[in-house]
Amino acid sequence: MTYMFQFLIIAAVSFVGELLSLVVPLPIPGSVYGLLLLLVLLITGVVKLHHIEKAADFLIQIMPMLFIAPAVSVLPIFDSVADSLLAVALVCVVSTLVVMIITGVVAQALVTRKEGRKHE
Amino acid sequence: MNEILWESAYFGMVLSVIYFWFGTWLRRRFPSPLVNPLLIASILTIATIVLLDIDYDAYTKGASHLTWLLTPSTVCLAVPLYRQLQLLRRHWQAIVISVGAGCVACAVTVAVMSRLLHLTPEIYHSLQPKSVTTAIALGVGTQLGGLEGIISLGVMITGLFGVVIVDVVLKLLKVTHPVAKGLAIGNSIHAIGTAHALELGEIEGAMSGLTIVVAGIMTVILAPLFSGLG
Repeated sequence: MTYMFQFLIIAAVSFVGELLSLVVPLPIPGSVYGLLLLLVLLITGVVKLHHIEKAADFLIQIMPMLFIAPAVSVLPIFDSVADSLLAVALVCVVSTLVVMIITGVVAQALVTRKEGRKHE
Repeated sequence: MNEILWESAYFGMVLSVIYFWFGTWLRRRFPSPLVNPLLIASILTIATIVLLDIDYDAYTKGASHLTWLLTPSTVCLAVPLYRQLQLLRRHWQAIVISVGAGCVACAVTVAVMSRLLHLTPEIYHSLQPKSVTTAIALGVGTQLGGLEGIISLGVMITGLFGVVIVDVVLKLLKVTHPVAKGLAIGNSIHAIGTAHALELGEIEGAMSGLTIVVAGIMTVILAPLFSGLG
């Protein structure tokens, strides 16, 4: 019963998130609305952590596995994008490194500066 | 054989789970960033489909049950985020500034490279949202006139390449704070990165999950502004 109730809450939030994505004319998926909604419900105390924790931890744990099918989904369209594959890969590799480096270095500097200040 | 597999609602799912389990086992034996369970499972699944000439739809039929869980599991990223709410309150400026800087850097890099490589506008628009989670990328990319196949390809190359190199890159740059690591991972390799960040620790995972939301929203705003630059 525990898991059923927990999954029901998560499914209901996912459903409302999906409805929002259909109503709001922005390219934001239901999962993002759902995430924000669940966070608000937790902060306001409408949903308590122990109401969803077990099912949530399970779903988060299996998350990497859920990306296999999306990764494989490039297979049927592969022929149509084969010509631009090298250019696409090059842009992706370089820009991924740039984002990783910039975000990481800026965040590390700002976060450690703030942490340092509390000791003063 | 294809006809029998066609009928099965579980074939694709079982195949994915077995390969992922194998990937996890392999990583325990050979702990290296290159041995990534998702990367291994994806390569083995593609190899199986191609070599055994399995109908792609027969695979998807079963595997889609796993993909179906992506929405609820993304929603559940609110849980680690809620547990780390103190950190979010404390570091919100660092979060907004670093994620914003990363998003702008990404937009500029993709625009400059597309011009240097003489990419067509369709390909440029497809690559603009490549650092955000697939669903947002597809929404943004197709609105700008990108091609769905290339959008998914860009997001996937980004995710699989990023997840393999991220630990080494962050170590070289001395990005050691869990908050900073989470932000860098989430901003560069979206949900695939978040799955990896959660394995590093709850703070990394929470921050990476938060970045999916923040970077997603920033990209929705930024991408149209940069769309003429490619």
